[in-house]
Amino acid sequence: MHRGKGMKFVGDSRVPVKSRKFIPPKDYSEYPGKTEAFLPNFLLKEWMVGAVFLVGFMILTIADPAPLEKEADPTSSGYIPLPDWYFLFLYQLLKYPAASGQYKVIGTVLIPGLAAVALLAAPWLDRGLERRPIKRPIATLIMLLTFVSMIYLTWESTVSHNWEQAEQQGKIVQTVDFDKSDPGYKLFSQNCSSCHGENLEGAVGPSLIGKNLDPAMVKKMATQGGGQMPAGVFKGSDKDLDALAKFVSDVSKK
Amino acid sequence: MLQKLYDWVDERLDITPLWRDVADHEVPEHVNPAYHFSAFVYCFGGLTFFTIVIQILSGMFLTMYYVPDINNAWDSVYYLQNQVAYGVIVRGMHHWGASVTIVMVFLHTLRVFFTGAYKKPRELNWIVGVLLFFVILGLGFTGYLLPWDMKALFATKVGLDIAASFPFIGDWIKVLLQGSDIVGAQTLARFFAIHVFFLPAALLGLLAAHFLMIRRQGISGPL
Repeated sequence: MHRGKGMKFVGDSRVPVKSRKFIPPKDYSEYPGKTEAFLPNFLLKEWMVGAVFLVGFMILTIADPAPLEKEADPTSSGYIPLPDWYFLFLYQLLKYPAASGQYKVIGTVLIPGLAAVALLAAPWLDRGLERRPIKRPIATLIMLLTFVSMIYLTWESTVSHNWEQAEQQGKIVQTVDFDKSDPGYKLFSQNCSSCHGENLEGAVGPSLIGKNLDPAMVKKMATQGGGQMPAGVFKGSDKDLDALAKFVSDVSKK
Repeated sequence: MLQKLYDWVDERLDITPLWRDVADHEVPEHVNPAYHFSAFVYCFGGLTFFTIVIQILSGMFLTMYYVPDINNAWDSVYYLQNQVAYGVIVRGMHHWGASVTIVMVFLHTLRVFFTGAYKKPRELNWIVGVLLFFVILGLGFTGYLLPWDMKALFATKVGLDIAASFPFIGDWIKVLLQGSDIVGAQTLARFFAIHVFFLPAALLGLLAAHFLMIRRQGISGPL
């Protein structure tokens, strides 16, 4: 039996064979030039381009891991929110007086809504037969203006954003449990916590958690300083210094 | 062997015309970068589809570890990022792939617009394309909340306030998306369902329509 032609199916309810003719896509022979079969010639080239694209994409992915901030805390106040970069232009739009406050609906609904409807209706707004962008200047200009203003708004929003504060406010803070009744902690809160934080998590000075510090190193830093840390921060007896060094060293190894 | 198997299936189901309709066509010269390098602009649509495939596959693997619950969501992402073998790569692919998809959709839209390819008889395919663009933006918005970190929570609050400013039905939309009076457990569950089931279903349906129409009408001719 000839494959795919004139077969009889038991209980066939489909349209008769003779009207089941395949209407081929538009023929390109009217355009001068070389066509190429999609399967397998062109598809193979597409796959090669895809492979190169994938390699580039994977290199970027591995070089720059996806960010993760600390767990959401709904009670936190003063967090400056920032949407993903492709919503920044909308976000920036809402910062202008003409599109915020009592006119908020202009920035949130009217302008984006008009843009969305205009995009959907583009084939009916631009009905001419001409396809070259230069021959339909109005459509081209509107699109270019929209595009440029989106880039401008995105740029403006990144300039006005406080990136340093944004990095600080979302940072994952490592915490460890330790005994706050330890005499070493009393010394720590008197001498060190104003810079290194109440829980050794760091503030002006760096976090001490997970640093695996040697007691001798802690003693040296507390008395002689080093790096950003000034000398003579610790005030007390040598016995206290030993207790402090032991405490900080132990917690830093947790 | 394979040929015999194919023949066996084809004899019963007549599958040859099915794939021939899709696969048997000529690629015209003006869209083929092998002949004119500038024709690479016609690759953006295909690359968009490629990035969407990356998103679907990496997303499927992410759901093996992700827990859509406010107590565990962040911890599951942190665990995936720091403990699971190659978890950081799979999450990275989904995170950066989202941005690359948006960029590719943008470039593809601009190419179609500036070559006037949306004109008659391709208006319907343009509409489906714009709807796909909106669905992809929706996927970006709902996916941003799922890691349940600080920026996710507070950006979603802003987004829902924007939705609430819609005249007349704004509050209704906000409650529909938020699920409760605050951005919380219900919101995360809803955004997860929308991000993983509702929008991908719409995406796949629209993509099928997009591709069927392209096969039916062919690529628009040279300028």
